[in-house]
Amino acid sequence: MRIAIEITYLISSTLFIFGIKFLGSPKTARKGNLYAAVGMFLAIAATLFDQQVLTFQWIIIGSIIGSLIGIVLALKTPMTGMPQMVGMLNGFGGGASTLVALSEYFKKNPNYPVEMNLPFNLPVNESIAIILSLLIGGVTFTGSMIAFGKLQGIVTGKVVKYPLQHPLNALLVLFVLVAGAYVVINPSMMNIVILITIVSLVLGVLLVLPIGGADMPVAISLLNSYSGLAGSTTGFVLGNNELIIAGALVGASGIILTNIMCRAMNRSLMNVVLGGWANAGAATSASTTSPKGDVKSIDAEELAMLLDSVSSVIIVPGYGMAVGQAQHAVRDLVNLLEKKGVKVRFAIHPVAGRMPGHMNVLLAEAQIPYDKLLAMEDINDDFPNTDVVIVIGANDVVNPAARHDKNSPIYGMPILNVDYAKTVIINKRSMNVGYAGIDNELFFYPNALMYFGDSKEAISKLVNEIKNL
Amino acid sequence: MEEYMFLMHVYVFALAIFVGFELITKVPPTLHTPLMSGSNAISGITIVGAILSAGLEQFTISTILGLIAVIFAMINVVGGFLVTDRMLKMFKKK
Repeated sequence: MRIAIEITYLISSTLFIFGIKFLGSPKTARKGNLYAAVGMFLAIAATLFDQQVLTFQWIIIGSIIGSLIGIVLALKTPMTGMPQMVGMLNGFGGGASTLVALSEYFKKNPNYPVEMNLPFNLPVNESIAIILSLLIGGVTFTGSMIAFGKLQGIVTGKVVKYPLQHPLNALLVLFVLVAGAYVVINPSMMNIVILITIVSLVLGVLLVLPIGGADMPVAISLLNSYSGLAGSTTGFVLGNNELIIAGALVGASGIILTNIMCRAMNRSLMNVVLGGWANAGAATSASTTSPKGDVKSIDAEELAMLLDSVSSVIIVPGYGMAVGQAQHAVRDLVNLLEKKGVKVRFAIHPVAGRMPGHMNVLLAEAQIPYDKLLAMEDINDDFPNTDVVIVIGANDVVNPAARHDKNSPIYGMPILNVDYAKTVIINKRSMNVGYAGIDNELFFYPNALMYFGDSKEAISKLVNEIKNL
Repeated sequence: MEEYMFLMHVYVFALAIFVGFELITKVPPTLHTPLMSGSNAISGITIVGAILSAGLEQFTISTILGLIAVIFAMINVVGGFLVTDRMLKMFKKK
């Protein structure tokens, strides 16, 4: 039986690897997801035959409750709610790792469930694995729940500062390490194990709370990676290769995404985690001179006429489009323009929105084909040959100061070169600053026109004006 | 023997990390969200550990922890795979 279970785990691990591989291409992605789901089903089925599993009622009850919640979440969450959905699911994975590590700790106590404080021995590698599992799983659980709260608007999306932030976090990490070492030496110290769990949970809250809304793509990717690593450490606790492999795959993918996100903002991971940018922005914007000049605006009717005589348009969506839920109005605009023979494409900045690929999901929901969505490096050279760029609810990622103003906090960040186009239309609700807390000199450029209004209303109005021409 | 097994696990972990890096570097940005939610569902593999705890013969604290872990991991697994499929269904080429 043991051999059959292990072989099934091997097949399941292979399915995960192929699943992730296929998830990397739009043509095979659905198949990849299915492969991974089959792999998971096999792993669960094999585990039910493990000789440790003697009663089934709790497994069945837990599975039914969990599945029902999962189904409702997956089917009811609107596409605009995807970032918080992914955030929450990350958290449940991490929470499960913490619970399993705690449970295994109790199970490994030979005196369990009575006289649990009697000394006993635990192999060093097992106790280290348990402590790491508690730490990573705990941080993932509460950290993801805070991220969920921020994205859902329950917890403030602003950068939260609290006194002694960095020393306090450092102290807590140090505590877990020292206490962990103590447990490795004295495995029967149950109270300390529980204390480590609690401190890890607190640490998750404290680490994610300071991270601002626009840095969420990094935070979510990093938590995604943690949820994988938590699975791996659980694998070490159980001595199970399949968990180690699956967790490592997810851990690696999360790290890669985190890296892509950080590079897209020209910031180090430390800088994001420590909440540095927004500070720097607030400090320097006062000292540098704000851009001056005239801001020209345009109304829907004029914009409709302008668009009547162009041959190429690039749309740059940002978080404002997601907030306004303007993706369907944008689709109508694209269809109208294409009917007139205008070439319409989208330019997507890697950190646009609140999670990696956020804009792509929203536009896919509005049935805009994915081959119209171009990544920054693929479209940035085309702006000079473009008649009109329409920026919808994006700000910092199109600020030319990033290219030339050495004093700007966003200096060096790769941006979409929208200012090179003949005309740039910027749809925004107001002249307010973006996440980095700085003015955008683009708005004052001679070829820039502001089109004020909520993204959905403004684009719908524009669509009507074009129809009335 | 115990140390040997542990080393084998470290071995497997290191190789799997390399496989993960190799697999994921080439993913186009369009698929970043589904990749994340799909891989997220895979991290629900802790369900294996949860089942081992929830299925203990005697009902103890470990059973309770296992039960909650089964619920959490199952939300992660079912929710993750379903929502990924729902997203991927929408990705169409012209």
